[in-house]
Amino acid sequence: MIDILIWLVALPLAGALAALLLPRYATAIVISTAIATSISAAALLYAVATHGVMLYEIGGWPAGLGIALRADGLAALLLTMSALVLLASSIYAGAYFRENLLRSRFWPLWLLLWTALNALLLSGDLFNLYVTLELLGLSAVALASLAGKTAAMQAALRYLLVGLLGSMLFLAGVTLIYAGYGTLDMATLSRVVAAGPIAWSALALMTVGLLLKTALFPLHFWLPPAHASAPAPVSAVLSALVVKATFYLVMRLWLDIFSEVVIPQVASLLGILGAAAVLWGSWQALRAERLKLLAAYSTVAQLGYLFLFFPLLQALPAGAARDAAMGGLVILALSHGLAKSGLFLAIGIIQQRSGHDTIRDLDGTAQRLPATTFAIALSGTALIGLPPSGAFLGKWHLLSAAFSAGQWLWIIVIMIGTLLAAAYTFRVLGHAFGQQPYPRHPVTIAIEEWPALILTAFATIGLGLAGAPVWQLLKVSL
Amino acid sequence: MLTAHWLYGLSGCLIMALGLRAVLLNDSLLQRIIALNVMGTGVFMILITIAYRGPDATPDPIPHALVLTGIVVAVSATALALTLIRRLTEEQDSD
Repeated sequence: MIDILIWLVALPLAGALAALLLPRYATAIVISTAIATSISAAALLYAVATHGVMLYEIGGWPAGLGIALRADGLAALLLTMSALVLLASSIYAGAYFRENLLRSRFWPLWLLLWTALNALLLSGDLFNLYVTLELLGLSAVALASLAGKTAAMQAALRYLLVGLLGSMLFLAGVTLIYAGYGTLDMATLSRVVAAGPIAWSALALMTVGLLLKTALFPLHFWLPPAHASAPAPVSAVLSALVVKATFYLVMRLWLDIFSEVVIPQVASLLGILGAAAVLWGSWQALRAERLKLLAAYSTVAQLGYLFLFFPLLQALPAGAARDAAMGGLVILALSHGLAKSGLFLAIGIIQQRSGHDTIRDLDGTAQRLPATTFAIALSGTALIGLPPSGAFLGKWHLLSAAFSAGQWLWIIVIMIGTLLAAAYTFRVLGHAFGQQPYPRHPVTIAIEEWPALILTAFATIGLGLAGAPVWQLLKVSL
Repeated sequence: MLTAHWLYGLSGCLIMALGLRAVLLNDSLLQRIIALNVMGTGVFMILITIAYRGPDATPDPIPHALVLTGIVVAVSATALALTLIRRLTEEQDSD
């Protein structure tokens, strides 16, 4: 059973090499790798739910010297969500790049990104995290530059510089940790870290590096151009997963390893930046003229919501209320990942069919592409946080945590953010309906339209109605 | 010996800070890439200093391994950045 951990890294890596060596069969290789990796992810989720934390020491070397892979409930949940997003986007990308010569360059990078993502989520050691962060960043930049236009290349370069600076700051923090505690193993560190200048400066360096990569306001400047100029399946994965991976590390540092060391005022600062991100991102999304830019700014806003949880989790004492809020945070992150990737895929279909993604000229899209428009509506349901979406549960717990911690400011921010999200969703839908008659079959181009529908349906219906296991799984921790 | 040890570590910090300053304040892409590499060198110097365990003791091998891995990562990242810059300049020249 424990071998699943190594498969989750080895399968996509082997697939990437095979796709590179046999470009003619790349599509078939990637789809079968995607299916196999997704099955492994589901098996890992099941194994963690039944057996608890999974651990694998590569080559039999114990943690500290060797590379340890670990999976707890949080890692398994994020890994499964990523697998679902990547599987659906792979199927979509097969159709998207059908007649495109970029395909042979796209597939190996795509699977390398998956490898890096899985390795990052499973890593139990701070230095391996640095290496996987760089791998993830480099493959993401290469994918974002694929469109080849000057704008895409400029955005990718800025993305690369920000990413490198972020990981360098992270590495500086890791260095301090090793100097102070003589270990990089995360499980050991969470026991030995003590409040003091070393822990504080290491946490500060690592957090600033990660926030730069997570695009928390005001460090979000690089995200909208990079996410909006990449090919549609790449945008989906960048917005849904790559920023989530660095957010996951911030969570690990703040809520796990350094939870005893964190100063409440600094957690409040993260919350304030999150609040600014919610307001600014939603406002910019409302003002965006292009669908892709709207989706990218909406990512800035949705990441802001996740940071609102930090001051609340800091204030709540360990117990049922804190566990409930923690589950809310995770389900909000999962729901955003599924909804946003579905939204980007749907936008990709519109862009390819009508040659543009200008919101004002969407007239009649609902008639030409009913299923895709429905996917956008489902995604909007999750972005606003309407029931029965997973985001509704997440925001519900965010609100109740804010009430029980007595931190009223966040409630106003959540309300304004939700209203703005409703406004930008309905603005798109309002433009999408036209006067033409509806076609007989709603799904007009099956292979391309299904992935977006399935992802957004999972976010709205799947997570909303069957979200309870998330709280169960989070109890399985290191 | 203690002074040499500290001198080395503090120079690492200084190089890192100078690199960071250049990354943030420079406009030229190429200069920023070089500045990032300078900053990385500073971090690596600090790591090497940490490995020092006294004049008679063997140094800690783990920071050394980390520096080697870090150098490989830095070289690959720089290669990707330079390729992108070159393609961007070609693109702008042809426009």
